[in-house]
Amino acid sequence: MRTDFSKVHFQIMWNRLISVVEEQALTLVRTAFSTSVRESGDLSAGVFDSDGHMLAQAVTGTPGHVNAMAVAVKNFIEVIGEDNIAEGDVYITNDPWRGTGHLLDFTFVTPSFRDSRLVGYFACTAHVVDVGGRGFGPDANEVYEEGIFIPIMRFADKGRLNHELINIVRHNVREADQVIGDLHSLAACNEIGHRRLMGMMDEFELSSLEALRDFIFENSRLATLEKLAALPQGSWGNDMTVDGYDAPVYLKVRLDISSEGVHADFEGTSRQSSLGINVPLIYTKAYCGYGLKCALAPEIPNNHASLEPFTVSAPEGCILNAQHPAPVAVRHVLGHFIPDTVLGALSKFLPDVAPAEGAGALWNVQISARPVAGTQAAPGERLQSAEMLMFNSGGSGARPTLDGLNATAFPSGVHAMSVEATEQSGPIIVWRKELREGSGGAGQFRGGLGQVIEIAADDGHEFWIKAMFDRVEHPARGRQGGEDGMPGIVRLDDGTVMKAKGRQKVPAGRRLVLKLPGGGGFGNPAERSAEDRARDLRLGYIGKDEDK
Amino acid sequence: MTHDGKPVRLGVDIGGTFTDVAMEIGEELFSTKLLTNYSAPEQAILDGVLRVAKNAGIELGAIDIVIHGTTLATNALIERRGAKTAFLTSKGFRDVIEMRTENRFEQYDLNIVLPAPLIARDARFIAAGRIGASGRELEALDEAAVMTFAKHVAAEGYESVAIGFMHSYVNPAHEIRARDIVAENAPGVSISISSEVSPQMREFERFNTVCSNAFVKPLMESYLNRLVDSLHGIGATCPVFMIHSGGGLISVETAAAFPVRLLESGPAGGAIYAADVAARHGLRKILSYDMGGTTAKICLIEDFSPKTARTFEVARNYRFKKGSGMPISIPVIEMVEIGAGGGSLAHVDGMRQIRVGPESAGSEPGPACYGRGGNRPAVTDADLVLGKLDPDNFAGGDIALSAESSEHALLAEVGNRLAMDARHAAVGVIEMVDENMTAAARVHAVENGKELGEFTMIAYGGAAPLHANRLCEKLGIDALLVPPGAGVGSAIGFLRAPFGYEAVRGAYLRLSQFDKGWVSDVLEGLEREAVAVARAGARDAELLIERKAFMRYVGQGWEIPVGLPGTALDAMGLRSAFETEYRRLFGQPLETLDVEVMNWSVKAESVSAPRQPVERVAAKHEAPSVGKRQIFDAREAGFLDAQIVERADMRTGSMVNGPAAIVEAETTTIVTAGYAATLQADGCLLVQRKETAQ
Repeated sequence: MRTDFSKVHFQIMWNRLISVVEEQALTLVRTAFSTSVRESGDLSAGVFDSDGHMLAQAVTGTPGHVNAMAVAVKNFIEVIGEDNIAEGDVYITNDPWRGTGHLLDFTFVTPSFRDSRLVGYFACTAHVVDVGGRGFGPDANEVYEEGIFIPIMRFADKGRLNHELINIVRHNVREADQVIGDLHSLAACNEIGHRRLMGMMDEFELSSLEALRDFIFENSRLATLEKLAALPQGSWGNDMTVDGYDAPVYLKVRLDISSEGVHADFEGTSRQSSLGINVPLIYTKAYCGYGLKCALAPEIPNNHASLEPFTVSAPEGCILNAQHPAPVAVRHVLGHFIPDTVLGALSKFLPDVAPAEGAGALWNVQISARPVAGTQAAPGERLQSAEMLMFNSGGSGARPTLDGLNATAFPSGVHAMSVEATEQSGPIIVWRKELREGSGGAGQFRGGLGQVIEIAADDGHEFWIKAMFDRVEHPARGRQGGEDGMPGIVRLDDGTVMKAKGRQKVPAGRRLVLKLPGGGGFGNPAERSAEDRARDLRLGYIGKDEDK
Repeated sequence: MTHDGKPVRLGVDIGGTFTDVAMEIGEELFSTKLLTNYSAPEQAILDGVLRVAKNAGIELGAIDIVIHGTTLATNALIERRGAKTAFLTSKGFRDVIEMRTENRFEQYDLNIVLPAPLIARDARFIAAGRIGASGRELEALDEAAVMTFAKHVAAEGYESVAIGFMHSYVNPAHEIRARDIVAENAPGVSISISSEVSPQMREFERFNTVCSNAFVKPLMESYLNRLVDSLHGIGATCPVFMIHSGGGLISVETAAAFPVRLLESGPAGGAIYAADVAARHGLRKILSYDMGGTTAKICLIEDFSPKTARTFEVARNYRFKKGSGMPISIPVIEMVEIGAGGGSLAHVDGMRQIRVGPESAGSEPGPACYGRGGNRPAVTDADLVLGKLDPDNFAGGDIALSAESSEHALLAEVGNRLAMDARHAAVGVIEMVDENMTAAARVHAVENGKELGEFTMIAYGGAAPLHANRLCEKLGIDALLVPPGAGVGSAIGFLRAPFGYEAVRGAYLRLSQFDKGWVSDVLEGLEREAVAVARAGARDAELLIERKAFMRYVGQGWEIPVGLPGTALDAMGLRSAFETEYRRLFGQPLETLDVEVMNWSVKAESVSAPRQPVERVAAKHEAPSVGKRQIFDAREAGFLDAQIVERADMRTGSMVNGPAAIVEAETTTIVTAGYAATLQADGCLLVQRKETAQ
């Protein structure tokens, strides 16, 4: 009777494999130093078969690494060489083109052996605190200025740590202890995954993952193709212009839908920039795959087979397939606009699925606070230098049957940090962080509101920001008659207009004022229900924006 | 007072469906279960008290103490039935409770709806004035704005006010001043301030906590007053104490001022119950597992103390998913709760995967087998089809179960879609729900750095003993205890709870800038607060003081709780305590980094009477069997001939070899083929893996 229940058994094992990678990811969140990992889940973790095909991925990760890591493991196997892979090895890289798009992300791959036989791999990726160079900002002209570059190599060789490598890293980054701590966290996280997998294989009496892999891939492929078969076949295009650094960036996509898959081609997109907003193809694929998947097959777990029908191409040298040595440090800004671009094309044949455009890119505020020479701290305080990072989100686009989400990240999966915790970490004061009234695009369904943030240095200090803001010139567009959201604003409290990209100073005594963009509306505003209008008025959602 | 010289203690637990009453006279237990009365919750208590007193043959005046726990506050938050409440906050921060953490709790659903803020935007008001991170006043409080707010509150008929200002956990001066102004200008309105309700760093959690407190305060105050009055009315004039979320007892007055401390107090009682059993049996590593009609709760209990935390989330409205509820920052017994109960419904998703819960059939219409109009398969239906339940002897024979209806429902929703017969579908449903609970337990263990293989499970709640043994198999656990009275476990747990209170405060310290005087001021202040609350019940009994610092390396995002020695502290001692704990959880400490303390806590609680240790009893004789039935055994992957044993027929040392079902009025304990059960001297069933049993 044992074999009769195999179908159920495989389902259980598949679920277990997903919980194995969840545990793997959790270990990383608990021990990481990097703000974006610990506060915001900017990481990914997954288990792969012995050929490097992804079997399961933690759902806690941010979509930026979806697909990217899936391809990365094959790169590792190729570079290290199948015959050179040994028990106790751990591999490392931060190659933007073979990892996840910028030097700040490290990817670790660990082969998993059972009874001396290779059964699969664990991989994980996380954004670390620093990689040297200019730091996290868009101002470099080549990737060489953006920090240390570690090609695919051994972090541990048959259980022995590569101390030379660690020493090189130590001498090339700021906050070296924290960065090294993050590298150890990444290695430990794969190790936890391996241990749990062995426990699972003991329990289910498995000597290899092959039968389970076949079950997972077969089911995922069928389920994905079933979803695609329900779509109309043909080609649809969309384009969108966003601010870029020094010139607007034109994003263009064509989707080809067939019964075998969806292909997104970015032919016609702007050429790569001389500044760090460029995107390596691997990261373009990640966000493109995310946008398509959450609209077309949201409930199918990510793995090699469920991602395979989604393919992406972009001409070499375009800003979404930037070539080495292009600078790529803030590749997330354009990366975050890819889902809106793709969803716009989807809306042409699935008008009831795709939301309107939203604020898109996060408004990350990277702050360097410094004492002003020759001044005094406030009574009871001390002068100090500090590096701080805040994540902030504008409004998301209205949905076909729902308003957009106020001040909520899409497509990124990050969390904002507590203002009180931020103020504990350095000499700045956040005077304001609240919803920006009137910033959501009107429509039958209203775009999500952006937010207003005001930041000043504490007495005796001044600060610099590395601005990486967008949708200041090009607001989120409404859909099906919905109006555009309000564009963003970057300035000082005395009215001085600031640039939306690049390193700039906020003098002592001044406040930096950020007004984050709202999401686009969906449907004709005249169709909005009286009840919803009354609610918007009562709650002040459509109150006057001071800058309208 | 007292009965024949023995103390008479009464525990009362109001749950979502049932109100449980447990009366203990000396060692003897009398209990009853009644349906919860939503419009007058105290009425079910009065009925229950009268009933158990009659069974026990005592006068109501003989009751020495009533200990009460309730989900009323939780339900009021979930259902948003509370007072008309206004929130006053710092200028620039009106939307903190609405903006939440600015993320989506589910990445792949384009249509998620975030939980609405507890206090709507038009009831949230601001006043200028600002305290900085160190407690320094950056800007004076705009008292005129507070005055205007107070007048508006009075004019608009708000019943309750919450006040939460930035950094008030370091310096509460502005909040206190604002409270005075409101009290003066809006007389009679109920006021809660965040520096008293939850003085912890992180504005979203603290503001949400003070708003929740204000929201339920008038309701809970009135309920508690009515309860005390009506108990007095029937002659029970003894003191009434409340069990709080952290598992200790507080006075009714404290509970009425800080009702947010009552959230999840019923499940906390369950964990205390399990901890008491653990102490009797001398078991230092316990996984408690509580499974009722709609949810399962899992808690780690080590060294006889349930695991605690400083924050938790209530009212998760999206498949119990983390982030889809409201954060509450108060000390709690930490548990994971998932939508897996006897009533949880099964279906097949787009991946042809069987899914179970969180939607529940509840008691109406109930699982298909109840025959009350339910036609979707629930966990109970699958348990029935697999032989785990006796259709003629469910809930003491009160409800006759129809296996045919269960099979029908399983085929319609699961079997036909997966080309399986009803039995295979049932196997799929049960294995999936067991796997879900296993996964929750495993993740909870990881979050706490534990290996579950070394743990013993204690199971209670109506549905837990049916599933517990299988969970043990999946988790690699060798021993399981099913204590007597498992059906009213939480109410019994209330009777074991100490008088105690935990005070918590955010106060930032880098060890490199250690200041001895400052640290002792913080800890002494917390100790005074905790002791004052605990003394209300403990009187002059000895109090146990437990001090903790919540620490991390500078740059990390997650603090770990570190127990502090009772002796004087210095930076070295703090650092080494932290590193020991860090090594235990995560491995190698990082020597070159500075360490910071974010929060401090002090708990004061009465020392509980030493428990009578229970010697482990080996199997002496086989328990008499009353029949046989085919029961599915997942590990053996087939139906096996299992014996049926009445728990009442077992005596100390009676042994039952799996596969077997041990039945009693409120539940059934399934013993799988790989395990055997032996009744212990205190009435607990000890279920052990055969090769380890002796």
